Amino acid sequence: MSDQDSIYLDHAATTPCDPRVVDAMNPYFTEVFGNPSTMYEGGRKAKQALEGARETIANAIGAKPEEIIFTSGGTESDNHAIIGLAEAGKMKGKKHIVTTPIEHHAVLEPAEYLKARGFELTILPVDEHGIVHPEEVKKVLRDDTAVVSIMHSNNEVGTIQPLSEISKVTKEAGVPLHTDAVQSFGSVPVNVDDLGCDLLSISSHKFYGPKGVGALYVRKGTRIRPLIRGGAQERNRRASTENISGIIGLAKAAEIALAEMEVTSARITKLRDRLVNGLFNVLTDIRHNGHPTERLPNNVNICVRGVEGEAMLLFLDMKGISASSGSACSSGSLEPSHVLRAMGIPQEVAHGSLRFTLGKKTTEEQIDKVLAEIPAIVDRLRQMTPYQQPPEHYKMPEWLAAKA
Amino acid sequence: MYSDKVLDHFANPRNVGVIEDADGMGEVGNPTCGDLMKITINVADDKTISDIKFQTLGCGAAIATSSVVTEMAMGLELDDALAITKQQIADELGGLPPEKLHCSVLAADGLADAIKDYRSKG
Repeated sequence: MSDQDSIYLDHAATTPCDPRVVDAMNPYFTEVFGNPSTMYEGGRKAKQALEGARETIANAIGAKPEEIIFTSGGTESDNHAIIGLAEAGKMKGKKHIVTTPIEHHAVLEPAEYLKARGFELTILPVDEHGIVHPEEVKKVLRDDTAVVSIMHSNNEVGTIQPLSEISKVTKEAGVPLHTDAVQSFGSVPVNVDDLGCDLLSISSHKFYGPKGVGALYVRKGTRIRPLIRGGAQERNRRASTENISGIIGLAKAAEIALAEMEVTSARITKLRDRLVNGLFNVLTDIRHNGHPTERLPNNVNICVRGVEGEAMLLFLDMKGISASSGSACSSGSLEPSHVLRAMGIPQEVAHGSLRFTLGKKTTEEQIDKVLAEIPAIVDRLRQMTPYQQPPEHYKMPEWLAAKA
Repeated sequence: MYSDKVLDHFANPRNVGVIEDADGMGEVGNPTCGDLMKITINVADDKTISDIKFQTLGCGAAIATSSVVTEMAMGLELDDALAITKQQIADELGGLPPEKLHCSVLAADGLADAIKDYRSKG
């Protein structure tokens, strides 16, 4: 199968680097290679480029340049935000952390790490669409809450949180709010003042930039401890010689994403709706996951009855279609999607989950090809399944539930 | 990630289906990941597996291990079929990724369950 025939629908996992980004990065490998911490010309040029990129990222999210810390990506930004705020809070006697069950593991695992080190952890409930309600946040805030971390949009189901409402609650309580905007930035407008967040994570490779680079926004006046020590870079907040070429790529990708967002998002939304509607037309017994309207333009998440997610992915791959699933069997961890489970979707339903995330190169022909291929794949797998329950009986057989 | 043989058994599974009025039926599942398997067998002369079919709801490895275990068990004496181990199933497929080894346990259990069912009917 040639590359032209392959259909990539896993843009939430990563995106291809835009050639314009690669062109912008190229001089910073071989020509402008100086260490920005040095005083001679080569270093000064690198420093100038670094600060230009910082300004671009700041402008892109409505922040000031000094509020941007460049990092190695979304995972580091999330770790830095959670651990950095918790440690700063601890110095003032704070020991409580609040987050949600649908966060990326880059938030959940640092939170668990802090819990093991003496912090108290509150996991907020979400509704069946994956929405965190502001009044739920209000209920759990305490005087000793060091950090609230609630993602802007979810990577699996695409649900967008009412952050501007949630931030009113955290602001009133004087608790810093971090948001993981890794899936949002470049796809929907992200402005730190509109959202009202104090910290925000972004990752370059989710919006056609290079892998291994991201940024953390920290609102001026927010106390945060560094995560990586060993140098005065990033105003003493993140040691390590700056990844100049990567940072230039991040900034170029952000610039392109913002310039093209309106047109691209409108086009992708149409294709997404074509795919969702098409899936309900060509398949029986499926369900749609995530919020019906408050969602990313490019995300389609469904559960298909009587089949397992990874098996669908394998057959799709044989047809040149790349997608994703939240099934336990596709995760390598034996656990089904924690996001779908938190939304109240039973395990055996999550077992058949399938996610398509569209991108700027996705075409109508590609969507139609998926719709043409998928019925045969599902039929084939359904013919193999030992239990053909009607949808209303779509639950784990009692004999198996008893073992769970 | 998967060997060619796993992908072959996944895409072209052998002995799919249910034997009507089977001599023995095994039903097993993994409550953690949600995979389900049903194996039906016919037994000739109270001794050898003369027919075997499977149905599986599960991932590529679950389907491939089910398929290959039916091939391995066909024509075997019951005690020999019972002795098939998860490792033999994985080896027969040219290996499985570590996180998928539990699928071969399901296949071995399904076969054993079917033989036990046959024997329990006396």
